[in-house]
Amino acid sequence: MALRAAALGVLVLFLLRPQWFAPLFTPLTQYGAPPIYDQGNLLELALAQLGTVLLAALASTVVGVGLGLFVTRAAGRAFLPLSRTLVDIGQTFPPVAVLAIAVPLVGFGEKPTLIALFAYGLLPIFENTIVGLRSCPPQVLEAARGMGMSPAQCLWSVELPLALPLILEGIRLSLVINVGTATIGSTVAARGLGEVIIAGLLSSNNAFILQGALLTGLMAILLYDALVGLERRVCRSVRID
Amino acid sequence: MIQVEHLVRRYGERTVVADVSMDMARGSMTAIVGTSGSGKSTLLRMINRLVEPSAGRILIDGRDTAAEPPHLLRRRIGYVIQGHGLFPHRTVAQNIATVPRLLGWAPERIETRVRELLTVFQLDPAQYGAAYPHQLSGGQQQRVGVARALAAEPAVLLMDEPFGALDPIIRAKAQEDLLAIQRRFGTTVVLVTHDIDEAFRLGSRVAVMSEGRLLQYDTPAMLLTHPADPFVARMTGVSDRALKLLSLTRVGELRLFPVEAATAGAAEPRIDASLSLREALAELLWQGTGHGIVCDATGRPLGRISVADIAAHGRGP
Repeated sequence: MALRAAALGVLVLFLLRPQWFAPLFTPLTQYGAPPIYDQGNLLELALAQLGTVLLAALASTVVGVGLGLFVTRAAGRAFLPLSRTLVDIGQTFPPVAVLAIAVPLVGFGEKPTLIALFAYGLLPIFENTIVGLRSCPPQVLEAARGMGMSPAQCLWSVELPLALPLILEGIRLSLVINVGTATIGSTVAARGLGEVIIAGLLSSNNAFILQGALLTGLMAILLYDALVGLERRVCRSVRID
Repeated sequence: MIQVEHLVRRYGERTVVADVSMDMARGSMTAIVGTSGSGKSTLLRMINRLVEPSAGRILIDGRDTAAEPPHLLRRRIGYVIQGHGLFPHRTVAQNIATVPRLLGWAPERIETRVRELLTVFQLDPAQYGAAYPHQLSGGQQQRVGVARALAAEPAVLLMDEPFGALDPIIRAKAQEDLLAIQRRFGTTVVLVTHDIDEAFRLGSRVAVMSEGRLLQYDTPAMLLTHPADPFVARMTGVSDRALKLLSLTRVGELRLFPVEAATAGAAEPRIDASLSLREALAELLWQGTGHGIVCDATGRPLGRISVADIAAHGRGP
């Protein structure tokens, strides 16, 4: 808890008052290069990256959960192998390669990054949705049906609530993976902390590389923590024995 | 109340229920008994259309069950399954309120009903209403399962091996409770079991099924004394059929030899009128006396009963 608060403090402070950390990074620079990224506002970059990741996760969630629901219904069962293959490709295909393909199609900027992150983050959400829906005890479903719930009522008030912990876990995995992955978006001119890392690589400034990585890492850890907390709150009552 | 007419269910080449016809009277408790794979569960599940019949029809109160959408039909029919199937993410009160909520009852009416049912099932509403199913014992979960099925006051209650997961002591209690509840609400109960003793204890009429066919549908006494088929005789048990017959009658139902209160010897064992003849016989054998005094619940002597009187009721036809 104290560690989490400290991490949050470091992150917020670094984003708001980066110059305070200059003395720490000065030893990493050579020939009087600036110790703190000076070609943009760190807070703005961090928020832009977070925004991209959240938008991609929203799309992955809508498609992943929707597809997961569809292939677990009687009507969609035949599409499970096909859906799985497509989603697997999204995960297997390196995001960098997706960027390379997407840029000629949609141009530079945020769009190709969104596509790459969307494809990369689909798998955990899709698979967890399927496992969550399938782990619903058969007697519970039988009881729901036997008491006169329509298929839609059964889905909304029994299956989804019981699958929710696993679905949330999938969304969390997807988000956390993509906070890190999003840094490569900066290679195609998406705004984000990747910019800081790339600037460091181009000018051989280790201080830039380290602060870009550090901020991204802190964001991922804090997001993970926050989502675990949220899952606990939402799912306190969902227990399957 | 429930009329089953020439009901058939086939899965591909396999016939699971073959031309079954039977009537269940209003307020009766019918036990369907058979080995596993006899089609008894399928027959039950066709009544609330969890399984659709391949042929034949079912009438409830004269109305064909095929005439309305299955989920609306099921809201009028209570359903209890083995292992209760309670919703793990909902409290006990919310579980019981399931069907009333589906039917759109007013919240106050639902709350009153939930409270009433919890009390009937000996669960303190204050203590258990807000509990989650995993916090209850197996016997309590089972009671909540039955309470949930009865919540919307259905005229028909279907039970599929409802006590199968309970240990013997809790099961005996649950069976007694079910009989009391059924008398209280006047519900028509159809119960599936593989346990012939349970069928005899609960069923006013018992249907014996084997390989999809209904072999015999009769009172327990008739099944014992006039089995229609060698399988029925095997199912009901040949070696202890006299004792089974005795367990169907209660001491209080017999015409007793009257006894003056003054002459009722203190040495004679007292027999509770609510015991079955089988239990009374066991008691007399245990006490080593040939006879005992039958008393009602208040201890008032009703008459004298002897081993010979009891034995006469165990005689085959």
